[in-house]
Amino acid sequence: MAKRIDVSGLTAYYGNHKAIDDISMTVEPRSVTAFIGPSGCGKSTFLRTLNRMHEVTPGGRVEGKVMLDDENLYGAGVDPVAVRRTVGMVFQRPNPFPTMSIYDNVAAGLRLNGTKKKRDLDAVVEKSLRGANLWNEVKDRLNKPGAGLSGGQQQRLCIARAIAVEPQVLLMDEPCSALDPISTLAIEDLIGELKEQFTIVIVTHNMQQAARVSDRTAFFNLAHVGESGRLIEIDDTERIFSNPSVQATEDYISGRFG
Amino acid sequence: MDATPTATLPPAKGQPRAVTRPGDRIFFGLTRGSGILLLLVMAAIAAFLTFRTFSAVSQDHGNFLTTFEWNADATPPVFGIAVLAYGTIVSSIIAMVIAVPVAIGIALFISHYAPRRLAGALAYVVDLLAAVPSIVYGLWGALYLVPRMQGLTAWLNEYLGWTVVFKQSNPGTAARSLFTVGILLAIMILPIITNVSREVFRQVPKAHEEAALALGATRWEVVRTAVLPFARSGIISASMLGLGRALGETMAVATVLSSSPVLTAHILDPAGGTFAQNIASHFGEATNFGRDALIASGLVLFVITLLVNGAARLIIARRKEYSGANA
Repeated sequence: MAKRIDVSGLTAYYGNHKAIDDISMTVEPRSVTAFIGPSGCGKSTFLRTLNRMHEVTPGGRVEGKVMLDDENLYGAGVDPVAVRRTVGMVFQRPNPFPTMSIYDNVAAGLRLNGTKKKRDLDAVVEKSLRGANLWNEVKDRLNKPGAGLSGGQQQRLCIARAIAVEPQVLLMDEPCSALDPISTLAIEDLIGELKEQFTIVIVTHNMQQAARVSDRTAFFNLAHVGESGRLIEIDDTERIFSNPSVQATEDYISGRFG
Repeated sequence: MDATPTATLPPAKGQPRAVTRPGDRIFFGLTRGSGILLLLVMAAIAAFLTFRTFSAVSQDHGNFLTTFEWNADATPPVFGIAVLAYGTIVSSIIAMVIAVPVAIGIALFISHYAPRRLAGALAYVVDLLAAVPSIVYGLWGALYLVPRMQGLTAWLNEYLGWTVVFKQSNPGTAARSLFTVGILLAIMILPIITNVSREVFRQVPKAHEEAALALGATRWEVVRTAVLPFARSGIISASMLGLGRALGETMAVATVLSSSPVLTAHILDPAGGTFAQNIASHFGEATNFGRDALIASGLVLFVITLLVNGAARLIIARRKEYSGANA
């Protein structure tokens, strides 16, 4: 259920502005890769190119190749809708559908895919909620609105919603930045469990978090405000945080940035 | 009184008094004054309507609720609202059935489908539609729409006549019917429903749309799972605004409808009437008593509108926890 991501020469634009420039990297299956870097360096933009969400933004445009095993996501005739069913995403702020119950939120993706049978849905909803470590907290109120949960529960609900459609890859865009430390811990534990099934890419501003959850870490930076973001280096997390090969990475990690 | 120290007295020990600033107090006074004024106006209207209604209805020799004809100035006065209530409701229902889906479609196209420039132009045209005075709609309806409804009327009568609703008692008569009125009203209430819905659609948080997109939703599925549910209460409010206008529309209806005290299920027949149309048609030559009778019918319209609004609020409130307002 997990695939390798192989990005080569990827450049993304907002209108005429080149947001990220010529990025190449490989993400191994069943691993967690963290993207770190200062605000505006293009980590989130890059993440969004991995499931073709970048082009949803008006003026958003991408050049280059993203291979998911043998398939180029930007190849001719590839349907972005199909790509997003294979590459799931969890956002910065928990965004459960406010008009839907907890159950319907998790089932939403399956219903879009055409699964209608109550029994199939029940099974997947339970499996996904268990997978997101939320089942025990919500099993008695599956028909209550998803927006009534706490922030951390909502985010785990969003994770359950994302994994319900059994994607190959799970992208997480600062999934804990709106959460308190306890909820953050719950999500981090969850990421550790999810990586046994999924390829996970996580953007984070919290370097301890990157150090705690990821196997590989990529550092992004931009030379000046208004210029394009670049990948400075990607390496094993341990190495990035102990002995990075680029001086800028060490400056950023040790807080001597700028 | 010692629990609430006045402005001149120093606050009691251990009871820190909230600081009041003149700006806050003026603003508070203004807002409260506006609120009270609104209630007073409403109470005054209600009292006026009720008083005049009682003086008229008490002398009605027919049953006010079930009588068909409106002869308030005859001796003895015989008048009732049956035809008017029926005509008002039927023409409004026709207008809503046509206008709501079309308006939602236009609003969705403007907010989610059309390229930005086209969307702006289209929104402007819809606004323009709202600026046309109702008497102009009426004239257009009577001079242009009615003759051109002849064909559609005949077609409906021929192929859907078996439904009774689309049966014409005298085929070939001018299409000055409740059906034509309904179509005209639909065009008139289209802009307000479109504009309000469009604003609601625009306010759907990007996060909800992206959530649907990230699950692999197509554009239509995004609209279905994220946009429409979020906008549901807004669409209902928009429709109620439109319905309010349709119920109360006067000049356009009076110009187009060939009114008569006939209550019929055949909506293609040139017959019937509406509250507002009836008031407009009779007010000019009515005596004081006749005017009171017309005001009585106005009160009924007022109550119907109130009930409709109440029902809409109930629908919205019933699913409040799902409204998305707390997201």
